[in-house]
Amino acid sequence: MSKKSKVMNCVQYIILIILAFISVFPFFWMVIAATNKSVDVTKGTLIPGTYLLENLNTLMSSDLQYFTAFKNSLMIAVITTTLAMIVSSAAGYAFEVYKSKARDFVFNIILLSMMVPFAALMVPLFRLFSKFNSIPVLNTIGLNTPGAVIIIAVATAFLIFFFRQNTKTFPKDLIEAARIDGLGEFQIFLRIYMPTMKSTYAAATVVTFMTSWNNYLWPLIALQSENKRTLPLIISAMGSSYTPDYGMIMTAVVLATLPTTILFFVMQKQFVAGMTGSVKG
Amino acid sequence: MKGNTQNKWNIRAWLFVIPSVILIIAFVFYPMIQAFITSFQTGMVDNLSFGGIANYKRLLTDSTFKKALFNTILFLIVQVPIMIFLALIVSSMLNNKKLKFRGLFRTAIFLPCVTSLVAYSIIFKSLFANDGFINGVLMNFHIVSEPINWLTETTFARLLIIIAITWRWTGYNMIFYLSGLQSIDDSIYEAASIDGATGSQKFRYMTLPLLKPIILFTTINSTIGTLQLFDEPMNITQGGPANTTITISQYIYNLLFKYQPNFGYAAAVSFVVVILIVILSFIQLKVGDKNE
Repeated sequence: MSKKSKVMNCVQYIILIILAFISVFPFFWMVIAATNKSVDVTKGTLIPGTYLLENLNTLMSSDLQYFTAFKNSLMIAVITTTLAMIVSSAAGYAFEVYKSKARDFVFNIILLSMMVPFAALMVPLFRLFSKFNSIPVLNTIGLNTPGAVIIIAVATAFLIFFFRQNTKTFPKDLIEAARIDGLGEFQIFLRIYMPTMKSTYAAATVVTFMTSWNNYLWPLIALQSENKRTLPLIISAMGSSYTPDYGMIMTAVVLATLPTTILFFVMQKQFVAGMTGSVKG
Repeated sequence: MKGNTQNKWNIRAWLFVIPSVILIIAFVFYPMIQAFITSFQTGMVDNLSFGGIANYKRLLTDSTFKKALFNTILFLIVQVPIMIFLALIVSSMLNNKKLKFRGLFRTAIFLPCVTSLVAYSIIFKSLFANDGFINGVLMNFHIVSEPINWLTETTFARLLIIIAITWRWTGYNMIFYLSGLQSIDDSIYEAASIDGATGSQKFRYMTLPLLKPIILFTTINSTIGTLQLFDEPMNITQGGPANTTITISQYIYNLLFKYQPNFGYAAAVSFVVVILIVILSFIQLKVGDKNE
């Protein structure tokens, strides 16, 4: 290696180390802050403290209903993900397996919905969902119900597209063979397709779960009563307080970030595949 | 062949897609049309009547809207290029198979993507608080003599929002480039090295052209995302000081929930976002097509 390229190599490592440090530091800081008193956090301590349990205590005994929010978030994320996996994957599957001109038309319309910004839907969705509250059956998805948050995330163009793309790798012979064995079309989907496409479902699951868990704007609009709020709403409310208890806030943030971080480390491959919209192998 | 007739789009195929189609029509296209109609209505809460283009006229004289539009576009033209460039540099460094600790670097730089926008906004808000960690470090190293008002001084507040978004999204874009780079045959790079190409030449004449479709995709993606920016300014600066970091989405939210609800006007503002997205995506696609 020439001298110049050795220097270049060194520069490269320095840049990467700096960037990696900047990327990880806020995580490190948040964990440290969660174990310290608010005063020490503001002083900028970088040493793990012994105040974690006290912070947890303050958090749980505050009138923010943190635990309720955690339950709400978890319930919404689990139900959303489960329903989305069934509804969106069924559509993605059918768009790839069955062929006609109508199919391409419908599929393109669905793709078009990706271009619609949520900002443009805020006003009408709020009004629409407030009407649901006074209609039987539909009131289960009215404003201030978890259903309102779940229902709009069940079928997304992104997921349908993702499943359609990945269905291209699904061996179509399996469908033929199953038909000869006398399986109906829905049974083929449930008993042949779903188990075969496990890695696709895994990737879609982690990303859908994370999106739901972290969702902020629509829950902020749809869930206005205190006991219905999700974690991002509670954390946001804490952050805008005039006398913030940083130790407690960071404990809340750590707990809220933990599930997605663990999911990320356990299923890193699926995470990346789900985010970039591609599954290999 | 029997199989072909079975794979025809028929009633069963419709049954598979109908739940998705209904949901997307009900919660995307129908509201979209509603928003368009509402944008021509004036009045308070549910007492709306046709007002022609009154709402759109009002946009022209609304100084808060102009601020929101300016800020949103400012974030877009400053932050997106920086982030895309940074992500490209990092991913071409990480694509080098001889690099040690590749996986570690990649995981570290990707990690910000798992945080919720609210959570990281709160972390940044406290890190950059007046008496916060960042000011402490800057003062200890005598880079500044008194604390910087990150949250209350216009220039710094805007800078903080840009720093925050860049922190959160660079790794996300990097992943797209990395998976694009993996599909490029290493032998092309080796051949170029033998021919004496330097690292920056390889980057300029090989990496960039080969990644062009992905760069286009991520640029459009980031543009759409930035035009809808909400969570960060809402939680870091609350749009302040004096609305100098307010974004269009946040202004719409304020029009609905902070002030006397004005559905018609809020809908008109939201259509500005739609029009911007359509125009900018169109320009980017055209530019992407030309630069062969």
